[in-house]
Amino acid sequence: MPEITYREAIRHALAEELERDANVVIMGEEVAQFNGAYKVTEGLLAKFGPKRIVDTPITEAGFIGTGIGASMLGLRPVMELMFWSFYSVAFDQILNNAANVRYMSGGLINCPIVIRGPANGGTNVGATHSHTPENVLANHPGVKVVVPATAYDAKGLLKSAIRDNDPVFFLENTILYGEKGEVPTAEYLIPLGLADVKRQGRDLTIVTYGRSVIHSLAAAEVLHKEHGVLVEVVDLRSIRPLDIDTVLKSVAKTHRVLIVEEQKPFASVGSQLAYMIQREAFDELDAPIHRVATVDAPAIYSPPVEVEQLPNPQRVIKAALEMLG
Amino acid sequence: MNGASAANSPASPVPLDREFLLGLYGKMVLIREFEERVKFLFLEGTMPGTIHQCQGQEATATGVCAALRADDWITSTFRGHGHALAKGLTVQEMLDELFGATTGCCKGKGGSMHMGNMAKGMVPGIAIVAGGIPLAAGMALAFKMQRTTQVVACFFGDGAVAEGAFHEGVNMAAIWDLPVIFVCENNLYGASTRIDKVMKNPRVSARAAAYGFQGETVDGNDVLAVYAAAQRAAEACRNGQGPVLLELLTYRRTGHSRRDACHYQAKDEREAWFSRDPITRFATQLLARRDITQADLDAIKARIDTQIAQSVELAKQAPQPTLADLTTDVFA
Ligand SMILES: Cc1ncc(C[n+]2csc(CCOP(=O)(O)OP(=O)(O)O)c2C)c(N)n1
Ligand SMILES: [Mg+2]
Repeated sequence: MPEITYREAIRHALAEELERDANVVIMGEEVAQFNGAYKVTEGLLAKFGPKRIVDTPITEAGFIGTGIGASMLGLRPVMELMFWSFYSVAFDQILNNAANVRYMSGGLINCPIVIRGPANGGTNVGATHSHTPENVLANHPGVKVVVPATAYDAKGLLKSAIRDNDPVFFLENTILYGEKGEVPTAEYLIPLGLADVKRQGRDLTIVTYGRSVIHSLAAAEVLHKEHGVLVEVVDLRSIRPLDIDTVLKSVAKTHRVLIVEEQKPFASVGSQLAYMIQREAFDELDAPIHRVATVDAPAIYSPPVEVEQLPNPQRVIKAALEMLG
Repeated sequence: MNGASAANSPASPVPLDREFLLGLYGKMVLIREFEERVKFLFLEGTMPGTIHQCQGQEATATGVCAALRADDWITSTFRGHGHALAKGLTVQEMLDELFGATTGCCKGKGGSMHMGNMAKGMVPGIAIVAGGIPLAAGMALAFKMQRTTQVVACFFGDGAVAEGAFHEGVNMAAIWDLPVIFVCENNLYGASTRIDKVMKNPRVSARAAAYGFQGETVDGNDVLAVYAAAQRAAEACRNGQGPVLLELLTYRRTGHSRRDACHYQAKDEREAWFSRDPITRFATQLLARRDITQADLDAIKARIDTQIAQSVELAKQAPQPTLADLTTDVFA
């Protein structure tokens, strides 16, 4: 299988879906002429032309709202947020229109929009540009939230997201854009709402998603080599719908759960997970559920401190050893 | 459209005070040299994150802030180094911040895009496009309710005009006659996108009339024209006749941010604007006076170069925050 970057995987998914369905359009700031702030949409303007690949003004409420309206009447807009951090400017449109319109129309109107872009810390750009809103988004019934960790997952999930009839929010990661992974040339789809066991183990389950999967796998390697601990790593891939079955299966095997999330801990994805796990598998647990999350403060600029604010392999190893202690 | 030729700035009354003029010149050179030095440090890999720089736009920050009092306020953006220096932040506190040190103006918590210093009348940079516009209206509302004669100058780019926050903020300021100078630095581009692609009416100052207040387009590369316009605007604001929208026509000489090589600026456009560089233009004006010589200007630059070089060395040694600092300042 050829190795391509996470960025290329996303680009290939976009190109294939643009090719497949004339209703797919891409809109956003700098997506066309400049090929995207992070070059994800590189070459798409040249290939599909300015009717399909559209530069917008800096107007998130405006262009996201426009995309939602167009999706209600049959287009399949894939909107790029230069950073997910700017979703807050468009939050009324996301929350009141995209998330609610199907319900409020009694199921008569669908909103098949995808909003995608990077949502991560770790690049020393400070509090306003480092938001990770997957929990905030997933709080709203009617929307789907996907956070891919690898090139393979990014491509298969994005293709499903574009074909999905609900609003799907697709959260990428600037630090992962350059990471390579094996991606088949033949077409494939990954259904939304299916977790993936990225590493088999028996002593401890790490439930995680996004870039934290990479940290968790690195930590699992060290835990195995240096401490003889066999860690199972479950990558949620999709936050909503949430594949709790795969998580519970792993819990039944290891009886210990560590949640790792690049996410402020208060009312986070991990909070919801912990609730669901204790509710469904209380008798399986040999220890309290533990968590490594972003330290609860706005994203700090300071490079050495930001590394410690976010999950990293050392923090994961430390938490795992505490649990097994 | 070559924006600058459409500028309609009234003849500026040239203040004759030599020290004042040299002060303006020194401020612009300080901003230019600071930015050049910071660019070098980023390219060399000494500094993390990203930077948005303002080489070529020194006259806007300098001219506007020269018309403000020390107790007036500004709001700034992701491109805030020039505004900060013009409002009186020191090279040291800014470099310390860029190096992430606890001695930085935001204790290493804010970084390049969020520079500020409350003691100097600058809230931390507002890095969300247009986010500072309603905020500035609110600051002006506080001045009005507290019956002070302070004003707030709110800096933003041409790109901000497409955001809802611009329209909501200026309308609030207009209906309540708030003392805000809305300063649009129209550098013809929002990131790589030229304004004619994203505005049907590219005359930003015309927005003011739509909301019923004064707007003016000014040659933003002429520091004295900017100063004069800002003085008039500040005066109007202090007399209860605010707000005022100043559209300052200018041009960015570097990429939008660290990673941008700036290929989208047409060569002839770049050259036309480079020939109207605010610092060289002002130097020519100054040298036409009998009491200012090239040696005076050289001395200013030499002094600034030394100051910046010393500050860089100190910033490199400045104390770094620890994990304990991460969770301070979160709640009051
Ligand atoms: C709400 C929001 N959207 C997008 C961005 C990303 N961004 C940062 S600066 C910029 C361009 C701003 O252009 P302009 O307002 O003209 O200011 P200039 O960069 O020219 O100083 C963009 C799109 C942002 N910071 N905030
Ligand atoms: Mg601009």
